Amino acid sequence: MAPVGPRSGDAIFANMERVNAELFTLTYGATVRQLLTDLEEVDEVNKQLDQMGYNIGIRLVDEFLAKSNVSRCVDFKETAEVIAKVGFKMFLGVTASVTNWDADGTCCSIVLEDNPLVDFVELPDTCQGLYYCNILSGVIRGALEMVSNTSSFAQPSIPSFLWDVSLKTEVTWIRDVLRGDDAYELQVKLVKQVPEEYPYKDDE
Amino acid sequence: MNRKEITKPFQVEIESKQKQKIEVKMGREVSESCVDSLLTEMVSTYCNRFYANKPELAARRIEAIGYQVGHQLSERYTMERPRFSDHLEAIKFICKDFWSELFKKQIDNLKTNHRGTFVLQDNGFRWLSRISLDPSLENAESQDPSASTESKAAQATSMHLYFPCGIIRGALSNLGIPCAVSADISNLPACSFVVRIKA
Repeated sequence: MAPVGPRSGDAIFANMERVNAELFTLTYGATVRQLLTDLEEVDEVNKQLDQMGYNIGIRLVDEFLAKSNVSRCVDFKETAEVIAKVGFKMFLGVTASVTNWDADGTCCSIVLEDNPLVDFVELPDTCQGLYYCNILSGVIRGALEMVSNTSSFAQPSIPSFLWDVSLKTEVTWIRDVLRGDDAYELQVKLVKQVPEEYPYKDDE
Repeated sequence: MNRKEITKPFQVEIESKQKQKIEVKMGREVSESCVDSLLTEMVSTYCNRFYANKPELAARRIEAIGYQVGHQLSERYTMERPRFSDHLEAIKFICKDFWSELFKKQIDNLKTNHRGTFVLQDNGFRWLSRISLDPSLENAESQDPSASTESKAAQATSMHLYFPCGIIRGALSNLGIPCAVSADISNLPACSFVVRIKA
C-alpha cells in the first residue's frame, strides 16, 4: 500500500481541539516571569525553558505522527520542512518556513514571522540576554531526537528516514523580534544521526 | 438581589434557560495540546526539578502562576463591561463568560451559603481529563508498591489543581474581591472549586 501523504497543516489544525490562544500566551508569560523571579539568573531561565521545551517535544511527537499521517521523510531536509509546515501549523496555528540551507544539507533556519508566544509581550531592560521563546528551540530539539522511538507506528519493512534515525541537533536563535529583529529565526544544525535498531522483532 | 436567589438559598441558577450557544470569539487559537503540554511541564518543573522535597513551595509557585494568568485574563475580559454590583454577579461572570473563554463551557453548578462561600462545580473538568500525570511519579509508584499509590497520584493531581485555583483567585482579585480558592475532587470527574471571600 502506498504511504499516505502528509495532510496539509491547515487541514490538521482545523481538526485539532483548539483553545483560546490568550490562555496559552499568558500562561507561558506567567511561567517565564515566575522562573525569572525564582532563578534570578537569565541564563538559568534560558536553560530551564529549553529543558521544558525538550520534554514537551519528546512527548508531542506521538501526537504529531498520529495526526499528521507523515509516513516517511527521506532526509533531514524533508524532515525540517515537515516540522515547519505541518508541525508548527498543527500546534501553534502558524506556519514557519525553512531557509538558509548549508551546502551539505545539515544546517538550516526555521523562520517564524507570526508567533503566538509573544502576543502582548514586552521585555523590560532587566531581561537582556533572555531568550523569551527558548521553549521552542527545546521542542524542536526534543521532537527531532524522538522521531526514532516511535518506530512502532511505522511498517518496519519500509526503510524510512523519519522513523529509523534519531536526530541529534543543536538549535540556536539567530533572530528574535523581542530583541529588535524582524522575525524569529532558529538555526537547526544536525549534529549526529543515530541509526536506531528495532528493539522488537516484527512478529512481536 | 433577585427573588429567585432568595427563595433558593443554596442553589443559584447560573444557566439561563435559553442554553445560549457559547459565543466563541474568532480570536487566535492554538491546539489544546499546547496548553496541556505547557501545564504538565510547568507543574513537573516545579514539583520534580525545583522543589522535589518541598511540595508546599511548589504549590505556592504554581498557584502564583495561575494567579498571574487569572488576573490578566479577567482584566482583558472585563474591559468593556460595567463594574459588578456585588460578589454574586462577579462570581456568575466567572462561571459563565470567564469559564467559557477558557473551556468553551460554563460551570455546571453554583452553590453559595450567602455568607461569602461559593462552590463552583464543573462536571467534567477539562484539565483533569486531559493532563497526563507526571511519568516520573508513576515510575516512583511502580518501584515502591508499598508506598501509598493513591496518595501519590492524589498529590500529583492536586499539584495540577493549584493552577486553576490560582486563576480563579487572580480573576476575582482583579475584580476587587480578595478570596481563598481550593479544589475538591472527591467526585471525579467533577471538580468543585470552593471560593471563600475574605471579609
